[in-house]
Amino acid sequence: MTEFVKPSIQYFELWPLLAVFGVACLGVVIEAFAPRAVRYTAQVTVALLGLVGALVGVVLVARDVQSYDDGAARGILAVGGTIAVDGPSLFIWGLVLSLAIAGVLLFAERHLDGGVSAFAGQAATVPGTDAETAAIAANSEHTEVYPLMMFAVFGMMLFPAANDLLTMFVGLEVLSLPLYLLSGLARRRRLLSQEAALKYFLLGAFSSGFFLYGAALLYGYAGSMDFAAINEAVRNDVGSSSLLLIGTGLLSVGLLFKVGAVPFQAWTPDVYQGAPTPVVAFMSAGTKVAAFGALMRLFYVALGADRWSWQPMLWIIAILSMFVGAALAITQSDIKRLLAYSSVAHTGFILTGVLGVQASDQLAVGEITSLQAVLFYLVTYGFATIGAFAVVSLVRDSGGETTAIDRWAGLGKESPVVAAVFAFFLLAMAGIPLTSGFVGKLAVFSAALAAGAWPVVVAAVLASIVAAFLYVRVIKVMYFDEPVGAGPSVAYPSVLTATTIAVGAALTLVLGVIPGPVLDLAGVAGEFIR
Amino acid sequence: MMLTVLILLPLLGAVVTAFVPGALARLVGLGFAAATLLAGVVTATRYDVGGGMQLTETHVWIESLGVHYALGVDGLGLLMVLLTVVLVPIVLLAGWKESDEPGNSGAKAFFAWTLALEAMSLAVFTATDVLLFYVVFEATLIPAYFLIGGFGRAGRGRAATKFLIYQLAGGLIMLASVIGLYVVSADAGNPSFLISDLAAIDIDPVTQRWLFVGFFIAFAIKAPMFPVHTWLADTTEKATTGTSVLLVCILDKIGTFGMLRFCLGLLPDASQWATPVVVVLALISIIYGALVAIGQDDVLRLIGLTSLSHFGFIVLGIFVFSSTGSAGAILYMVNHGIATALMFLVAGFLIRRTGTASIREMGGVEKAAPVLAGFFLVGGLAAAGLPGLSPFVSEMMVIIAAFDHHWLVGSVAVLAIVLAAFYALWMYQRTMTGPGREGAAVVPDLDRREVGILAPLLLALVLFGFYPMPLLDVINPFVQDSLASVGIGQEGGPQ
Repeated sequence: MTEFVKPSIQYFELWPLLAVFGVACLGVVIEAFAPRAVRYTAQVTVALLGLVGALVGVVLVARDVQSYDDGAARGILAVGGTIAVDGPSLFIWGLVLSLAIAGVLLFAERHLDGGVSAFAGQAATVPGTDAETAAIAANSEHTEVYPLMMFAVFGMMLFPAANDLLTMFVGLEVLSLPLYLLSGLARRRRLLSQEAALKYFLLGAFSSGFFLYGAALLYGYAGSMDFAAINEAVRNDVGSSSLLLIGTGLLSVGLLFKVGAVPFQAWTPDVYQGAPTPVVAFMSAGTKVAAFGALMRLFYVALGADRWSWQPMLWIIAILSMFVGAALAITQSDIKRLLAYSSVAHTGFILTGVLGVQASDQLAVGEITSLQAVLFYLVTYGFATIGAFAVVSLVRDSGGETTAIDRWAGLGKESPVVAAVFAFFLLAMAGIPLTSGFVGKLAVFSAALAAGAWPVVVAAVLASIVAAFLYVRVIKVMYFDEPVGAGPSVAYPSVLTATTIAVGAALTLVLGVIPGPVLDLAGVAGEFIR
Repeated sequence: MMLTVLILLPLLGAVVTAFVPGALARLVGLGFAAATLLAGVVTATRYDVGGGMQLTETHVWIESLGVHYALGVDGLGLLMVLLTVVLVPIVLLAGWKESDEPGNSGAKAFFAWTLALEAMSLAVFTATDVLLFYVVFEATLIPAYFLIGGFGRAGRGRAATKFLIYQLAGGLIMLASVIGLYVVSADAGNPSFLISDLAAIDIDPVTQRWLFVGFFIAFAIKAPMFPVHTWLADTTEKATTGTSVLLVCILDKIGTFGMLRFCLGLLPDASQWATPVVVVLALISIIYGALVAIGQDDVLRLIGLTSLSHFGFIVLGIFVFSSTGSAGAILYMVNHGIATALMFLVAGFLIRRTGTASIREMGGVEKAAPVLAGFFLVGGLAAAGLPGLSPFVSEMMVIIAAFDHHWLVGSVAVLAIVLAAFYALWMYQRTMTGPGREGAAVVPDLDRREVGILAPLLLALVLFGFYPMPLLDVINPFVQDSLASVGIGQEGGPQ
């Protein structure tokens, strides 16, 4: 029996992670002790300060890890090799934190619904009962959403930085559980929201089970949970390859569920439709970023030597995701469901970049790498998505948000600015040039084509045509269709939501016109540390 | 810098027009269009007719992907630039009142979108980086979409969507080829999208063919060619005639422009490999377009479909690979722009007076409005290739080259002249001659503004009909360079 060795903890490098975790815990304390009147202000302030502090930490650490240079990758393995603080981790941390700041701003919005937030007054009350009416009359609201969100952010940061299967599983759960809860907290249409939360939880728990089973099998194969050790085992071809293949498959189920790839996409439309819109905005952007970070680390670092086994699987899943997502999105009549299926299609596009990985000696000098392409795509996708959902939260009728697409007819006349911004986000998702979405698509398609995955690229191009139709259709409804009845109205947001939308739109434009700096940053991030 | 100024002027104009008070918007917009026209003329005076890529400027844009902001004009680009800067002010003047009428999106939007479209089109014709070309190629679609969807007749929203989907589909297919070029250049050791870098690479024939297919589909949709032309008539029917001029006379030229620049310039082997198929498609477009045009009842659909026939001629001229054919095709691109613009605009004025676009419901216009009828007749005869008007010269050059290529190809192309005379004159006869429609109001003749809009186009038709040399002087050096890259000497045979 080996003696237990206390791992050394690199406090400086882990500072961003610890800051978010600390703020999450502080939020719980505030919830317990602060008087009701000050909770909202206190929670929002603490959350924002914590996130900004963590973001500053990311920048400082990023400057510092440049000194740990082993050629292609830069970074260190912290806490006894369980957390990798390297270029890609830091890039994703920065992105998740930025999205989380936008998320807090959306969570804190109280102008849209007559002075209360988008969350249920008291989630424990049964919809339609006197208790609920009383809670609404008392103007109570759940400020627990902020610490819950901070825990989710912590999970989103731990997940892609995890360097062994157990830490990755912990990250997965920490990121998921708060999101299950948050999904069920909508103020309006609560039954739909609770249904969404339950579906998300049940399916999510299932997929976690798959992940855990896969981890166990892979441990059986390699004798270790550590990615470097698994990589070593794969290279030396020890043990039974069926354990390796089945383990890889089961782990993939868990991860592909989180990114919403076909055939594990069934939860997305229901959850996106039912969950409160600010939660959807934050979750759809953040989860995808974190999960793709983890997916790439697992496949590139631990299973990189076994590329020929998993690349064909990703080919099929990418093609299916693009087509099923785009085709089903066309049939939707609800804007949130449409965006959900569109996110499935985007998962396919991002997977196109993921499967475009090549060994570094096969890359031409100055050629874009698949990691760089995917990281850039995640930035473009994250900000366009969060901005688009923020706009969705503005369009209303008497019953709250109106998400039926045909109710959006005439929005172009009713509110030209809101319609123009939303059209711009849709064009970015369709990948029209001079928006960030185009450069993102260009990057991932280039990486995939360079790796010889031309069938996937051809499929991606065809799927893009289908997807273009669905976005154009929404633009047509907003601008050229006659409004039904009174037409939609637009709630004037406070500076919180307005900032989020403005920043999202500005980044979408800037990354489309001068993508160089961010592309270079993703390039400088280098490879995963091993 | 000259070319950057040329692109930025209308772009700035679009932004300013969108934000100035409504009453001023039209004047400001027209001012910017006039300034752009001036800049275009200055560009032309600085251009040396000796040929080659001139007035170039190159800056790195996206280093990680080898993309450059690179501009330059050659003979082909210059003519397209001039066509654009001349037509845009004319379109703005033509839409002066119409775009402000109830039901349309307002003059301000029309002027701003038109200027945006002009900026993007000028960038397309001057881009010398494949990705820059692609970016502005796709970017033209957004202003075009809002011009079609925001102005014109009922059902235009559908037409706009159909237009955009067709064009986006073509563009995305081309994207695969664009990325393919990047991978080819990366494999050759220098990831770059510059046309000059790409032209220096010896791409293997099989790869060339795949890349060619991607580019050609996009340009065939754009041009348009049979069988991917079906967006054309729907669009010209619903859009205002000003928009149609922008689309058919400027934007569609990007299709044939792209064939010359990318298919022939970068993928010469594949272009020769594809010639038989392309020539047959071009012939089908020529005949089918003319036949379908004859059967139309809607004036605007009819004019739109004649363009299908004309673009068939242009593509035929390009793909017979001879100096006469190429020069004729490029000349045709200019002449078609002028003649079709005249046709669309006169038809627009006519429809505003009669209140219908249906040929069956018109008649006897020439008695009440002889000037209008006169312009209509000249436009129709120009489309039909009457000697003395400029399209005749280019049509003859293409047909001669077609006979040189193969007698059968030439014979089929000649048929189109007969058909063109038929659709033009029959349309004239039914709309302008005979008794007026019973109970219809008297059609007032063109006013001074409208005559002023049409006169420059008419003058150009006559001038270049008798004296096409200035245009050919600009075209010929380009044609020699272009054919040399395909491996064909000036006499038309292989080198």
